[in-house]
Amino acid sequence: MEKAMLEVRSLTKRFGGLVAVDHVDMQVHPGEVVGLLGDNGAGKSTLIKMVSGVYRPDEGRIFFQGKEVKMGSPMDALELGIETLYQDLALAENLDAYSNIFLGREKTKPFLGFIQVLDHDTMRAESIKVLKRLEIEIPSLHNQIQNLSGGQRQAVAIGRSIYWNAKLLIMDEPTAALGVHEQRKVLDLVRLLRSQNIPVIVISHQLYDIFSVTDRLVIMRRGKKVAERITKDTTPEEVVGIITGSEEVERDRPPE
Amino acid sequence: MPDASVRKNVKSAGRVGRWLGRNWALLFLLLEVVVFSALGTRFLSLENLQNIFVACTVVLLLGMGETFVIITGGIDLSVGFVMGFGAVICAKFMVLLQAAGLPQGASIPLAALICLLIGLVPGLVNGTLVARLKVPPFLATFGMYGVAYGVSEIISKNTPISGLPSAAGVIGNEYLLYIVPRKMVSFLIRPQNITRPEMRSMLALIPIIVVIAFIFVGIFAFLLRRTRFGRHTYAIGGSIDSALRAGINVPSHLTRIYMISSFFASLSGVLYVLKYVTGRADAGSARMLDAVVAVVIGGASLYGGTGAVKGTIIGALIIATLETGMVNLSIPYHNRYIVIGGILVVAVLIDQFFPELVGRRE
Repeated sequence: MEKAMLEVRSLTKRFGGLVAVDHVDMQVHPGEVVGLLGDNGAGKSTLIKMVSGVYRPDEGRIFFQGKEVKMGSPMDALELGIETLYQDLALAENLDAYSNIFLGREKTKPFLGFIQVLDHDTMRAESIKVLKRLEIEIPSLHNQIQNLSGGQRQAVAIGRSIYWNAKLLIMDEPTAALGVHEQRKVLDLVRLLRSQNIPVIVISHQLYDIFSVTDRLVIMRRGKKVAERITKDTTPEEVVGIITGSEEVERDRPPE
Repeated sequence: MPDASVRKNVKSAGRVGRWLGRNWALLFLLLEVVVFSALGTRFLSLENLQNIFVACTVVLLLGMGETFVIITGGIDLSVGFVMGFGAVICAKFMVLLQAAGLPQGASIPLAALICLLIGLVPGLVNGTLVARLKVPPFLATFGMYGVAYGVSEIISKNTPISGLPSAAGVIGNEYLLYIVPRKMVSFLIRPQNITRPEMRSMLALIPIIVVIAFIFVGIFAFLLRRTRFGRHTYAIGGSIDSALRAGINVPSHLTRIYMISSFFASLSGVLYVLKYVTGRADAGSARMLDAVVAVVIGGASLYGGTGAVKGTIIGALIIATLETGMVNLSIPYHNRYIVIGGILVVAVLIDQFFPELVGRRE
């Protein structure tokens, strides 16, 4: 089997007495889409936040491209090529699409020989390229984000993530708050990334989405990884059974 | 979806509505000029128009700093008294350096430079409070409002500073170009040895103080529009979270923003000294209101994320025209505060209730 892009071993995170993530092992291979499932409070987001540098693990190790990594901030993860797409997208609503794609990493050119000014033409051209690669159409790159639809925003956010040669993309509830048509578009994007050999971790409550797009499922309950399935060898019924377990207590726990 | 409904509103507002929403400030400025020209005496004269520009420099400079702050979603209430602080420091150093035996050509620019450096300190404190210690901008700069005033009064011992080098007033009151018809053209130096009728027909063009102000306005407009620094300023105002996650060093950026604001305030202080050849703690006391009004009239939202230098210039001209026009009509000066305060509230109401009209790019 190909070398894992991401491997976490025995990853653990505690908040006071609560063990949010309890010795979880997980691997993600190039060109693979992994669904991360579990009820609210199962520990999915906490696990992801350790991988994207937001939280530091209390125990366990993270390997990226075969090398052990220690991340102190989200910037560390970004520099490694681990891009995270948050549910709220984290776009600057008042800026246009290409400014968002390049936010914080703007292209500049010299002006009068010594001042670096924004290179709008390059950023626009590069944005068109990356959006084309994603097969997305945005009516005008000059539109402010606040004037774009949910799916277009999602596209800009994904464009931003992959422009910087993301080696792993983590998507937290990518289809929540989207219309049906746009949900399908986002799922197409995930498949497209897979075809370009970029691995994706998808967190979602939408079992339909998960089953239509993932290769493998990792299911968590109460901080522990309770099951791992090849998507085509399982059924939504079985997965729901694993997520909820025999007891129905999970649903009442506060969200993490 | 909220964004969809906004788009619909924009469409239904129509082209004319949108144009009005974006340019009402410019139209208001033109209206002012028309009304004051009709009612006043010699309002449209060259001299009076230049006076308007001189009158607008302080509002414009304070407004420039305020523009940066307001775009990030903050506010700087201290600018008026930081201007007074700058005026006092500048005047004090002119007196001290002169007493130390420096020639005027050295003591005046040196004092101005020292003032501009010390003038960064209030901004550094404001910025640190806001960006690193998470004090709301309103409160942090309100604190500085009091501190700057008190310190200035101590330094000036509660009286306007006098005994400045006599040449200090030259830069502040002279013009770039003098034209005596059919006789001479002179740059910077006021023609001497001319007859009384020649003096009367002499044209003095472009006050130096206005030139200095617009040079700095130009530099910082460039910074805001064309550089990464400017782009990050808008991004922070749009969403601090996305700016942070995009890897922008938000605390250090915000600190610099407040330092820009206090730089402009102390620059206004320096120009005050050059114009009036004195330094006083209350040199800019009520000007904070004007600065905020100029920026808001100019289309910046107090919620952050929008605003532009062009707008602030129009805002400053609106205030200066109003001021000059009211003087021209002999309307008592204090009425200006009522009118300007009223304009502020109207501008904010427009921003709040018709965001789709005002929804402009940068």
